[in-house]
Amino acid sequence: MKGLLIRDLRLAIRAGGGFGLALAFFLIVVILVPFGVGPSQGVLAPIAPGVLWLGALLACLLSLDRIFATDFEDGSLEFLATAPVPLEGVVAVKALAHWVTTGLPLTLAAPLFGVFLNLPAGGFGWLVASLALGTPALSMIGAFGAALTVGLKRGGLLLSLLVLPLYIPTLIFGADTVRRGVDGLDAGTPLILMTGITFGTVALLPFAGAAALRVNLR
Amino acid sequence: MMEVLLRVADLVCARGGLTVLEGVSFEVSSGSALVLRGPNGSGKTTLLRTLAGLQPAVAGKIFGTDDAVAYAGHADGLKGTLSVVENLTFWGGLFGFGDIAEALEAFHLNDLAARPAQSLSAGQKRRLGLARMLVTGRPIWLLDEPTVSLDAASVELFGQAVRRHLEGGGVAVIATHIDLGIDADVLDLSTFRASTPQGGVFDEAFE
Repeated sequence: MKGLLIRDLRLAIRAGGGFGLALAFFLIVVILVPFGVGPSQGVLAPIAPGVLWLGALLACLLSLDRIFATDFEDGSLEFLATAPVPLEGVVAVKALAHWVTTGLPLTLAAPLFGVFLNLPAGGFGWLVASLALGTPALSMIGAFGAALTVGLKRGGLLLSLLVLPLYIPTLIFGADTVRRGVDGLDAGTPLILMTGITFGTVALLPFAGAAALRVNLR
Repeated sequence: MMEVLLRVADLVCARGGLTVLEGVSFEVSSGSALVLRGPNGSGKTTLLRTLAGLQPAVAGKIFGTDDAVAYAGHADGLKGTLSVVENLTFWGGLFGFGDIAEALEAFHLNDLAARPAQSLSAGQKRRLGLARMLVTGRPIWLLDEPTVSLDAASVELFGQAVRRHLEGGGVAVIATHIDLGIDADVLDLSTFRASTPQGGVFDEAFE
């Protein structure tokens, strides 16, 4: 299992675009927003929490289809399925590798991007906290979606359509956490609800993902 | 009396919802190999994938394959950006069988050890894909057209590897048309062809 994680991280780094791609996409989204809505502080500050979360979510989506597609094409997935490791574990480890290459760098870089959008000072701590606890759910739901669409040619678009609606709860509670933090309200409740969603996905979706893979491998 | 490692009883296999094989029964004892023959589309790959557990059997029983099979399909399962050694080490580690030196030696891959897999020729990739079987440490090898893109010398290397595996008490089921120089039983799959191809009745999602 550790070997699989190390292999996936190594592949992400060697293939290029592992750590950098999602981060660069996030940066561009965040930079485009002031161009679109105008740079005044009064406009940017209220929408900053939502835009930052939306940007993180879309950046996460970019590399989802590669979680299983490359392994499916080169036959590795068949070999993984016959290996003495549970397929559920494979799904979980691949989601973890995806999170380390997208969710984690996004979380670490988010304060810097918050500055670009004039995020008020009170929101920075909550932004990092909500992304750290919420992005694992994005990777896990994404891994499940990728498992569902793995055999399909051009499954990338279908994957986005399947996965984005499932991201809504995390997006609502994540952005709300930051917004409440900015307003000086109690942000703990949405954060706890969002963390609950994350734990729920991590507990259930590896099994759903493995079942989807078994069907798609036939 | 040799121990029977793999036994198949009255197996029915389907591919894409169509039954292609029925009534397949055979036994393979420790130290022996079975060669699958038959024209294209006769169900060689389907049978091997069913034995590997990648798809469920429509009916019939398979004994002995639990955590015992290593399956090599048409694809080699290599990562182009990883070196030969990294590819083998990963699979060896995953199957809990760390020693890759023997596998490198057996398929003459030592000179290529540090090369990224994407820079290998088709035949070299195939050798690496087959070397993967050695690092699994599994007793039952299921090989689907293993000699594709191999030259004569490499086929000979592969034959030796299979012979060593059999001498070590292993079993191999091989779909091939080439004489590998192995003393093996031959199973002609065209005799098991499903009389009237029909839709599989098993439930896709809950099987």
